[in-house]
Amino acid sequence: MPEHKVVLQNCGIINPNDINTYLAEDGFKALDKVLDEMTPQKVIEEIKKSGLRGRGGAGFPTGLKWEFANKAKGELKYVICNADEGEVGTFKDRYIIERDPFTLIEAMAIAGYAIGAPKGYIYLRAEYHKLRGILLNALSQIKERGYLSRSGGFNFEVEIREGAGAYVCGEETALMESIEGKRGDARYRPPFPPSEGLWKSPTIINNVETLMNIPRIISKGSEWFSGLGTEKSKGTKVFSVSGDVARPGVYELVMGSPLRELIEELALAKEIMMVQVGGASGRIVPYEKIDTPLSFETVLGAGAIIVYNKSRDIVDLMRKTIEFFEEESCGKCVPCREGNRMMLEILTRLTKGQGSKIDLKHLDDLSKTMMLSSLCGLGQAAPNSVVDTLNYYRDVYESRIKDT
Amino acid sequence: MDKSISEIITQHKGKEDLISILNETQERYGYVSEEQMSTIAKGLDISMGEVVEVATFYSFLSTEPLGKNIIRVCKSTPCYIKDYIKVIEILEKELGIKVGETTPDRKFTLQLVNCIGACDMAPAMMINHTLYGNLNGERIKKILSEF
Repeated sequence: MPEHKVVLQNCGIINPNDINTYLAEDGFKALDKVLDEMTPQKVIEEIKKSGLRGRGGAGFPTGLKWEFANKAKGELKYVICNADEGEVGTFKDRYIIERDPFTLIEAMAIAGYAIGAPKGYIYLRAEYHKLRGILLNALSQIKERGYLSRSGGFNFEVEIREGAGAYVCGEETALMESIEGKRGDARYRPPFPPSEGLWKSPTIINNVETLMNIPRIISKGSEWFSGLGTEKSKGTKVFSVSGDVARPGVYELVMGSPLRELIEELALAKEIMMVQVGGASGRIVPYEKIDTPLSFETVLGAGAIIVYNKSRDIVDLMRKTIEFFEEESCGKCVPCREGNRMMLEILTRLTKGQGSKIDLKHLDDLSKTMMLSSLCGLGQAAPNSVVDTLNYYRDVYESRIKDT
Repeated sequence: MDKSISEIITQHKGKEDLISILNETQERYGYVSEEQMSTIAKGLDISMGEVVEVATFYSFLSTEPLGKNIIRVCKSTPCYIKDYIKVIEILEKELGIKVGETTPDRKFTLQLVNCIGACDMAPAMMINHTLYGNLNGERIKKILSEF
């Protein structure tokens, strides 16, 4: 199957600086439909029926999240768009915002109406400061045309918040801390954000790509959307492909498409050894399993696809992967802070061919401990690719052991 | 009280804007000094500790003076396999400094950072807020000459 553009349907078609080109592609028809014809409950029902799940990596059902927030008690409620995209190998949200900021804002307004939130934040990573201008320009044109307010009572405001350089702020509770002006330390859960989030108010946090699907579902109907993809993964997925490929870039495929199609047919990879699906925190797919379908049931993450060819040193790649987490851990919980530090020490030793047998056992034990007991997704997912490579390529690790 | 810092503070709502205030201070002065942090703490009616813990948490904020232009070279895996180490070698040679240092004329600071979301154009770097990808020796020299 070739590319199938749903999320990216306007990218390259509209001018991101000109709302008229967006309106020419039926822009704001979904928001109008929602405000004119649908109750908030009806909107949530439609999203639930579509089967849409979060595209930031966790895959939580979007409609359910919205329903929790809608039913939660609170004078103020918030919609947050997570544009912190910090996962290694991910750049799809940058691509989307650069090309179609309007759909994103329209989607946030629909979310605001559905949960009863008058305010939305777009949390933009510091590295994406340049996107702020595109978003502000889109926002001012939208406001000028009056799309975000209705005399009947609907009124929605969007504010852009910028990070200051911290991977962990892509984690939803750390992100809220950051919007509140604090260090990006993860919070204990429960309470979950839909009941108690930003400034203790009910809050939904959705990834850029998740939101981009909303106006499409409203316009074309949940049946159309749920007709795409697999049993538990509906719609399409946008992938960021990098590494040892001839054509790195952003590709959108129907959920369930085989990994081979994406990296061999579209990105033109050759001599593949393995693929990291989901970025640094993702899973490893060895070449032998290249026909694995991409879906929540199998492997997906946020859609970062890093391809490694046969010339690469697996242990060294894992050292670089863990180096990332060791630096980005917020340090609040011990398993993540100390676990990553210990793993990095061991992997560095193995890279130099100075490891010992007990090192591999320590990697196994540390991984298990971190996955079970870390406070947030960062520490829980950090060992994923080490666990997988130890499973598939244990002989390579063993070849780095000095004594026996 | 530093007048221009109070100006930045008054343009914001309150302590929820601490990161924006620090970002703007950084943007204007190239770093956030201890004195400025103390002014911000007083202006927002929070403790100095609260300001320091935020200022030292985020990698884009610096409590030490940096150069006028900050070069951030990505060192995450997609850039690693596209040989960012070569990029660093070229930059170190061109600028006459090591990673983490600032040129004597304070024009450039060279930093190594984690994924900047430009893996499709690895190896990549940012200078201030602009992305530069598909780097090689010739391109790096040309980019530097524009500053």
